Amino acid sequence: WLFRVETTLNMFIYSSSFTYFFQDNAGQFFSSGHTNNWAVLVCTSRFWFNYRHVANTLSVYRSVKRLGIPDSHIVLMLADDMACNHRNPKPATVFSHKNMELNVYGDDVEVDYRGYEVTVENFLRVLTGRLPPSTPRSKRLLSDDRSNILIYLTGHGGNGFLKFQDSEEISNVELADAFEQMWQKRRYNELLFIIDTCQGASMYERFYSPNLMALASSQVGEDSLSHQPDLAIGVHLMDRYTFYLLEFLEDIHPASKTNMNDLFKVCPKSQCVSTPGHRTDLFLRDPGSVLITDFFGSVRKVEITMETINLTDPINAVNGELQKETYSYVDQLPVSEIIHQKPKQKDWHPPDGFILGLWTLILLVFFKTYGIKHLKHIF
Amino acid sequence: MGLLSDPNRRRALISLLTRLNTPICLVCYMAGVAWFMGLAFEPFTLRTYMSENAMGSTMVEERFPAGERALATGREFAAHKKKVGGMPVDWLVKTMQARGLEVFTQSFSRTLPFPDENKERYMVKGTNVYGILRAPRAPRTEALVLSAPCSPGDNNQAVGLLLGLAQYFRNQIYWAKDIIFLVNEHDLIGMQAWLEGYHHTNTTGMDWSPLQGRGGSIQAALSLELSSDVITSLDLVLEGLNGQLPNLDLANLFYAFCQKIGVLCTIQGKLQRNDWDSVSGYSHAVQTMMLMVMKQASGRPWGDHGLFLRYHIEAATIKGINSFRQYKTDATTIGRLLEGMYRKLNNLLERLHQSYFFYLMPSLSHFVSIGYYMPAFGLLTVILLLRALDLWVQLATPPTRTEDGVADIEQSSPGVLSVLTPLVISHLTGVALYTLPIRFQEMAVEHFPVSETEAVVLTAIAVYTAGLALPHNTHRFLSGEGTEQGWRVLKLVAVLYLAVLLGCTALINFSLGFILALTLVPVAAFVTPHIPKVLSAFILVILSPACTLLFSVFFFQELQEMPVSFQDGWLLYLSVISQGILDHFLYGSLVYPLIALLVYPCWLLFWNILFWK
Repeated sequence: WLFRVETTLNMFIYSSSFTYFFQDNAGQFFSSGHTNNWAVLVCTSRFWFNYRHVANTLSVYRSVKRLGIPDSHIVLMLADDMACNHRNPKPATVFSHKNMELNVYGDDVEVDYRGYEVTVENFLRVLTGRLPPSTPRSKRLLSDDRSNILIYLTGHGGNGFLKFQDSEEISNVELADAFEQMWQKRRYNELLFIIDTCQGASMYERFYSPNLMALASSQVGEDSLSHQPDLAIGVHLMDRYTFYLLEFLEDIHPASKTNMNDLFKVCPKSQCVSTPGHRTDLFLRDPGSVLITDFFGSVRKVEITMETINLTDPINAVNGELQKETYSYVDQLPVSEIIHQKPKQKDWHPPDGFILGLWTLILLVFFKTYGIKHLKHIF
Repeated sequence: MGLLSDPNRRRALISLLTRLNTPICLVCYMAGVAWFMGLAFEPFTLRTYMSENAMGSTMVEERFPAGERALATGREFAAHKKKVGGMPVDWLVKTMQARGLEVFTQSFSRTLPFPDENKERYMVKGTNVYGILRAPRAPRTEALVLSAPCSPGDNNQAVGLLLGLAQYFRNQIYWAKDIIFLVNEHDLIGMQAWLEGYHHTNTTGMDWSPLQGRGGSIQAALSLELSSDVITSLDLVLEGLNGQLPNLDLANLFYAFCQKIGVLCTIQGKLQRNDWDSVSGYSHAVQTMMLMVMKQASGRPWGDHGLFLRYHIEAATIKGINSFRQYKTDATTIGRLLEGMYRKLNNLLERLHQSYFFYLMPSLSHFVSIGYYMPAFGLLTVILLLRALDLWVQLATPPTRTEDGVADIEQSSPGVLSVLTPLVISHLTGVALYTLPIRFQEMAVEHFPVSETEAVVLTAIAVYTAGLALPHNTHRFLSGEGTEQGWRVLKLVAVLYLAVLLGCTALINFSLGFILALTLVPVAAFVTPHIPKVLSAFILVILSPACTLLFSVFFFQELQEMPVSFQDGWLLYLSVISQGILDHFLYGSLVYPLIALLVYPCWLLFWNILFWK
């Protein structure tokens, strides 16, 4: 029996350490402090020769969906004039790798802002939440103070600005102010900002709100270069930074523990020709402890417990026969009520003569106080 | 006080101007000529580059496979052409329809003002055949044109290649613009009829049937001239009507594809050389540039593309040249080059406008833009302005008379009549030069044993020479009216008139303006009644527009390495004059009216001044 006690003791220790193990992991699950994930993916270019920007955005969209963020939590803004462009030799597709390996357009892409709706105003309204009441849910960023948001921008940019569809620009100051508005309205817990344009680092220079981490594909004065030309389609398919970002993300799965420091190493100068940059001074946690899946995936928080919970029985056992209730339908249109209507009750107003008398009294009191001679002037 | 309002400084400035006028004029003239010659020097030029973002690089996969079949179609076309004795309209319509195009024809007719001896035609009647390849998914708002002229005898391979490309293009789904495949008869006349019908304009008085099918606004056009099965090089022709040039991006596109596919490409028929620092290399570049200047100055369209430019359609002609070189290019490669160019033009979202419209090309890979070549012309015009200022100063200061005691005031301001009369008479002579040759050709043919063309040309020369006798006749009208002031006023007016005229011409057609300036500015600067008459009369005639044209003809032949003897040169000169007059009446070229109505009277004014009494 000693042996049995020993085994039971071992099992006890084993199960308690198990519990400790799970509780440790459970603690780790809550280290980031967010409960839901959102993504705002914006491609700011239109026209056939900017094919690569749409392919960039769609590739990030695919990765983010694969890692768990559902379409309802992704706001995708694209000009969306690539797949059905008259010049596309493969209609209804957008490829990101040459030799047409991967069609990132697919069957289930949901573009929330398309065509001419991709404007600076719409982008800022999505971020700050100042949308008209008629805006559908799919076009809103319904984040709260426990949301981690990934924002990805791509297109043509310059020193301090990003061009939106050939007619307007957003400046880095505007973007920083938008993020500050988001912070003050508690619309995010942590925010990861990735930008793949020329001179992208200038866009995050002006951030001043807490919990922002930013990555850019090139420094001020450098151009971000495109990666793959496809001769059959006749355009460049992807930009370098996003291409290597995508390769990096292909290795991430929902349970991976890769952290942000690895993301900063994506696309060194030898591959990208431009120098990618990042900014972490506004971020409160150490980037080494931030998981990629904190922003790119939507990992459900799971709390493991060993307790049993008693659920009350919803079905009441009735002693005796079951009561028979008579059921009847509610009148869809209460015709009897309409035909035999009661007179409508009007609101009560004081009689008109009363109001006239009241005003006369006021006037008389006025003129008594200030002298009757004024009355003579009136009459 | 300001520089010009302070009388002392003003006097100093004016005296400087009058003292140094001649030296400054000489320096400016030499500087202008030197600047112009320096334009061809390679370090002063820029490399060509693609300016249009939408066209990008040559990143496209060309897969045209059917060069041999295209040549076979060309041979069939030649056979049918010979059988019909003109343009085989029915065969072309059937063939284009078999390739899936929407085919339409247009008939046109034109009676030339006088017979064209170069092309041996007088009453021209013909048919254009064109097929439209509709873009599979795009609205019919934009179009591209590929054309090949149907000439009796050659250019069959071009039509064959056109039909082969039509078949290949029809199988592709990536066309965003309609492509119009045009075979025009009687080259430029047919093309003019087609363009007028397409754009619903009628500027030259031609008769044509309206077009039944249209394709939207044309963004770019290419014309093909290919007369052999294999070629050694492709030549690009850019100069169009009135010296207008297509957007440089079209030439850049052609050059980029030539480099990608590895075809030898030339401009002005001259190969590119790499040794720009040697004398022969530099002279080669100068020759290429001078050829372009000559061609642009003539104001005639040097290919079927020349007529598109007036409608703001960028167009160029590609000629296949088969010379004695080892490396030959076959029709499939040419087809691939054209396919690549059309795929890139397909990507355009707007008309070509990012690159230069005014440029000179000393070689296919280098260009000189308007900002670099205009100062050469500006330096020549400065001479005219300096002379005008000098004359103004002379007119303003009264002449000092120290011989007589009594101040003999010869300040009778010259009557308006004495200045106006030469002006009016010169312009009337110009009008005569413009109208008489055509109008009196029948009378001339009756009285002289010449053909109509010769009659027209010789009448023109006769009127021109008759104008030389004018000053004597003018003075019969105004008895003893000429004064010292008179000729100065006339010269001032003439110099300013010439400056404005040359300035406007150079803006539109730089080459024409520059060549005229080269010869007329010395005339304007140095002519006075007091220089030795015989010598200066001779020089004036040498520098007159007609002789400039004669020398240009000889020079042009030299540049093309086909020098001519004097008799041949003279006949060539006569044919150039007749072609110039025909161009004006057929296509609206402005060189002939410009010379006859404006430049020639201006030169006559200086002739008048020379013989001022």
